Amino acid sequence: MASSSSDNSTPKGEPWVWFTSLGLIVGLTMVAGLLGLVLINGFSVFWAPQVPTVKLKDGSEIIGQFVQRRVRPNSPASDPQYERQYQIGLRELNSTSYVWVDELNITDEKFTRETLGLERMENGPAFIIPKTIVDSTGKQHPFIVPNATVDSAGKFHPIYTTAFSLIRAEVDQATLIRERVLDINQNKIGLVNAEMEETRIALRRAEDRQEPTVELTDKLKTLDLKFAELKKEAEEISKLTALGHIEGIDAKGRSVTIPFAGIVRAWEPNRMTTLDRIGLMFSRMQEFLFDAPREANTEGGLMPAIFGTLVMTVFMSMLVTPVGVIAAIYLKEYAKDGPVLRVVRICVNNLAGVPSIVFGVFGLGFFVYVLGGTIDQLFFSDQLKYNNNTPVFGTGGLLWCSLTLALMTLPVVIVATEEALSAVPRGMREASLAAGASKWQTIRDILLPASAPGILTGVILAMARGAGEVAPLMIVGVVKLAPTLPIDGLAPFLHLDRKFMHLGFHIYDLGFQSPDSDAARPMVFATTLLLIILVVCLNLGAITIRNRLRARFKGASF
Amino acid sequence: MSNARFQARPATDQTGRPDFISIKNFGFWYGDKKALKSMSLDIPERQVVAFIGPSGCGKSTLLRNLNRMNDLVDGIRHEGDIEIKGQSIYDPGLEVISLRRRVGMVFQKSNPFPKSIYENVVFALRVMGVKNRAVLDEACETSLRKAALWDEVKDRLNDNALGLSGGQMQRLCIARAIANRPEILLMDEPCSALDPIATGKIEELIHELKAQFTIVIVTHSMQQAARVSDRTAFFYLGELIEYDTTEKIFMNPGQAQTEAYISGRFG
Repeated sequence: MASSSSDNSTPKGEPWVWFTSLGLIVGLTMVAGLLGLVLINGFSVFWAPQVPTVKLKDGSEIIGQFVQRRVRPNSPASDPQYERQYQIGLRELNSTSYVWVDELNITDEKFTRETLGLERMENGPAFIIPKTIVDSTGKQHPFIVPNATVDSAGKFHPIYTTAFSLIRAEVDQATLIRERVLDINQNKIGLVNAEMEETRIALRRAEDRQEPTVELTDKLKTLDLKFAELKKEAEEISKLTALGHIEGIDAKGRSVTIPFAGIVRAWEPNRMTTLDRIGLMFSRMQEFLFDAPREANTEGGLMPAIFGTLVMTVFMSMLVTPVGVIAAIYLKEYAKDGPVLRVVRICVNNLAGVPSIVFGVFGLGFFVYVLGGTIDQLFFSDQLKYNNNTPVFGTGGLLWCSLTLALMTLPVVIVATEEALSAVPRGMREASLAAGASKWQTIRDILLPASAPGILTGVILAMARGAGEVAPLMIVGVVKLAPTLPIDGLAPFLHLDRKFMHLGFHIYDLGFQSPDSDAARPMVFATTLLLIILVVCLNLGAITIRNRLRARFKGASF
Repeated sequence: MSNARFQARPATDQTGRPDFISIKNFGFWYGDKKALKSMSLDIPERQVVAFIGPSGCGKSTLLRNLNRMNDLVDGIRHEGDIEIKGQSIYDPGLEVISLRRRVGMVFQKSNPFPKSIYENVVFALRVMGVKNRAVLDEACETSLRKAALWDEVKDRLNDNALGLSGGQMQRLCIARAIANRPEILLMDEPCSALDPIATGKIEELIHELKAQFTIVIVTHSMQQAARVSDRTAFFYLGELIEYDTTEKIFMNPGQAQTEAYISGRFG
């Protein structure tokens, strides 16, 4: 004690600096850990590693992609034993895609060179040893093509090449045909369906009003014909690849036949070069970003969810910005200071702390049922009456999702706008008023442009919160699988009444509602990564705009 | 209508009226604090009147009452009256906006808008609803010439005004204040943030503007008051101590306090 009272070269309180930095370190570690985890796990969806053939003690074999290694449950802590998880695929034969193997049971692990990896439309991936390839014309080709070269000494060297290029060509052809069939099924038949729906409603209305129905029934008949024609066309096209398939054996020696029509992608995991692997990764990433999901969302792409999230977030920002800014202008510039204003301010601030699910319930109760129901009564009464009471706006949809989130993020924008208005230098306001501008002119010409960067900051925060929100959306219009996008070529192009897919909900659905959680897990991480990237991109866009605006007002700091 | 006034302002007679601005028994409170004790003074047309006094003496408060800028502050109260050309500025029939269009103001800190130089100058005309490009162009050039800034900025009228130097910004603010040809120009310590060269330019400007405008200037610099003004008012603790011709105030002040202040013994 006595010694501590003597003069010390360390200033008092200096160690606290380290203590405060501890908080930052904890925060940064958590962020870095989260991003690292998501990044590593997310990328495993796209990367194609070597696929071993694993020999077990009992003599059986498995061919599968290594997934993870963990301490075997019930193994002694002093001498931990491990088990490994492999993705063996071929769900239709193996009943499950993933198996755990005790490491003690593994006797041998080799990388069979002719192993073929197949990504399929159904039943997950397959890892097989191919034997014969039958092309679309029905001609058979052996998978292994023996070849021989002669070296300089005149000695023969047997060399085996595979018919992989043939598989690739067949898969590409099958993909093209699948896309054509999809185009017919979705776009052309979709149009016919929409028209049929309309005609049916019109027909029911005409019957109800006892008006002539001949024309409508005729039209319906024509549409029916058109529908059948298109169906037939699709069938004809898909027949083009019906013959082609791969014959091979799986790890247990069972023969497997896989038609090309059901193959999305084929690769040779144990023969391909790193460059090939990178190419495959990009191909998978492209599918992930630009294609629709398959297999209960556990495979394929996320395009509808990305698109839905984007459209919803942008639409929400468009709703919340004007309302929030106008409200803030009134609160800041026009409302008389007093107890009422203070109560309103407290309410607005507290609104930001209300759990988001509460907004969801409010959205359902007020927007969907009251507003949507009223809109249906007023403008879509025919649709209700003649279409089995199917609601148009009286059910969850894009508009109600955007409105609910706009309401949820309103306080953020109001508070940010108020702050920004307060931060405009007093001199600017006075200069404008002294020049004979009215209050409104001052707000419009001087205050709003000068506070635009601050307002945008609020909008950025609102977007970041809105884009990542899931809970309220689940009850006001987001679905697991939407048949159509909220924006398409059908008039009126932007379909505010449609249900849509959302990345946040997609993650929840994959992670917790998926029948095959092992298969869904990597997709959960990949989707999370994508959601983070999407939010970062949205924010970066807004920040760029803000910085441009800020540069314009640089120097106005008095 | 404001347009018409802007375009054809009748030339005033050379003598000018001696009570162009007439402050009559004017007193002023911020909340409970009395900032100005009841005072009366007349400001003659087309002359420069300087308000001097130590900080907190009420000179700025009085200046800011002349175009009712103090209306922005909550809880203010006044007694007495201020008349411009015989009309009370507190006349309920008079819009405060039209008052401010007749009384331009230049502030202590230059406060250009974050817009182009051109848009800064024509701002007052824009808010009056002038849309004719020719009128705006002409007003921009005339005002900038009067503010002795035209030659320096004529090639970059569309540049952001915030890129100008401090002295240029203040002259731009003067150009902005005179663009709609007000009758009165109020200047609240316009040179306090400027270097001597820029100050000299602005003082020259005041001399030239005197021919057209009635100018009231608040200043902390007694030399400046002596250089630019025709009449000087000395304020102390919210009271008008003395108001007379500048020559008289500086050479032969009637009050001991005035003499003490201008000779630097306090303040």
